[in-house]
Amino acid sequence: MTSRLLNRIALFFVALVIVSPVVLFFIWMLSLSLKFEIDNGAYPPILIPDRFAWQNYAQVFRENDFFLYFLNSILVTGSATILALLVGVPAGYGIARLKADRAAIVVMIARMTPGLSYLIPLFLLFQWIGLVGTIWPQVIIHLVVTVPIVVWVMIGYFEATPIELEEAASIDGANSWQIFRLVALPIAKPGIIVALILAVIFSWNNFVFGIVLANHETRTLPVAVYNMLSYEQVSWGPLSAAALVVTAPVLILTLFAQRQIVEGLTAGAVKGG
Amino acid sequence: MADLAQASGSGELVGQRLRLAPNYWPFVLPALIVVLAVIIFPWAFTIWMSANQWTLGQGRSFVGLANYAHLWSDERFWESLVHTLYYTVMSVVAPVILGTFSALVFNARFPLRGFLRSIFVMPMMATPVAISLVWTMMFHPQLGVLNYLLSLVGIPAQEWIFNPRTVIPSLVAVETWQWTPLIMLIVLGGLASVPREPYESAEIDGANVWQQFRYLTLPMIAPFIMVATIIRTIDALKSFDIIYAMTQGGPGTASETINIYLFTLPSLTTTSVIRPRW
Repeated sequence: MTSRLLNRIALFFVALVIVSPVVLFFIWMLSLSLKFEIDNGAYPPILIPDRFAWQNYAQVFRENDFFLYFLNSILVTGSATILALLVGVPAGYGIARLKADRAAIVVMIARMTPGLSYLIPLFLLFQWIGLVGTIWPQVIIHLVVTVPIVVWVMIGYFEATPIELEEAASIDGANSWQIFRLVALPIAKPGIIVALILAVIFSWNNFVFGIVLANHETRTLPVAVYNMLSYEQVSWGPLSAAALVVTAPVLILTLFAQRQIVEGLTAGAVKGG
Repeated sequence: MADLAQASGSGELVGQRLRLAPNYWPFVLPALIVVLAVIIFPWAFTIWMSANQWTLGQGRSFVGLANYAHLWSDERFWESLVHTLYYTVMSVVAPVILGTFSALVFNARFPLRGFLRSIFVMPMMATPVAISLVWTMMFHPQLGVLNYLLSLVGIPAQEWIFNPRTVIPSLVAVETWQWTPLIMLIVLGGLASVPREPYESAEIDGANVWQQFRYLTLPMIAPFIMVATIIRTIDALKSFDIIYAMTQGGPGTASETINIYLFTLPSLTTTSVIRPRW
């Protein structure tokens, strides 16, 4: 009994070592964001300063238009996710029922292609339609990220739901839309939540589309925080505060929706092989 | 009940099922249109465009494979290819080994396991640009916290991403920090399906922990490690945000991978097709 207890305590400390780079990083990030420049420039480094520089956060919102960019991020991620769910959930259902494996492969390849390769063609397309300068190019190009995730997760979910219920509904005279809407969709609700969360996170984190397509008014948060670097002198405090503001929403989502994220990522992963 | 079950499998009902088989294509159609527009069209357009000389505002002309020949003769392209290979191999090997090890640890029982695992997966979902900027500050040769930590254990200060020799390993460290959790989760999923019995008999036969891992666990989780490796390879090849945010391919071109090289090509950045506007 004692040896088993010791064993568990030893494992606990091993796990602590494994987790330590993550803990130290986020603690240091928080520390940087709450220090005045003089403390951030101190050597040896100061972990907990005497005075907290709360104004770093205020400065990010006041001087760097972060309210606007936060709104842009919500708009782009929100629209791209809603649109992806509207087209992707039925598509996942159709592909699962049609057993259209080739369609699934296209979705997989889309997930594998670097985002960069979509930029030039879509930019020219947006220019041609006259959307450049608005927020729409970003919403549309974020579909490159969100649609494959949603379709991929939903194929897995609908394949796992039994078809017998749908057949029963069909015999009762329901048409295919009614079957989807009233039978398949309610069962797949957990899957929709998984797809929603993953789409939100990957769209929110996207950077490469924004650096090219966004202008001063349509920037999303990842681009906005990166652009803080281009100022003459980079102050570590406000920059860290900005970085934390950008990533805090997804980190909070990760902590609360842990189970769904793990489920979505590993299910897709194991299928993907 | 048994009769009913049998009846539902009879020929008559199967026929009825086929007749009533719903048409699923309308469900796929909207997504198909979207995928054609934002995914397939760019692929096709890129291939077509690669056979043309095209400067915006000046029209275009067909040049066949000349663009490819140009790429072939560009030393920077080959250099970036080598960097990509170097970066990718390290960003696959390190997370796969560390991730598999962490999975073995998190598969065991110990206090606060769930809580520690929740913390461990956080980097995976964090915004790459945001964390890259913080890593850049931590890598700072004079004021960075990493060199301070090294000095505590007597290791001389490093130049990390500011030195051509250490820039790629430093970037790989960030990539490893961020993506080891995904490997851990996939392998952990594999470990959950490993049966208990073989270990009991192995223990009776006197196999030690390493032998149990080597001859029982490893063969059983190998497929999961394989899948994790494939996914990691794809993601490492795609890696852009971390490198671009931290070094933009520098110092010089020391960390310029294919993605960064393509992004900084003159046609992309200077001749007005697309240019970051800030």
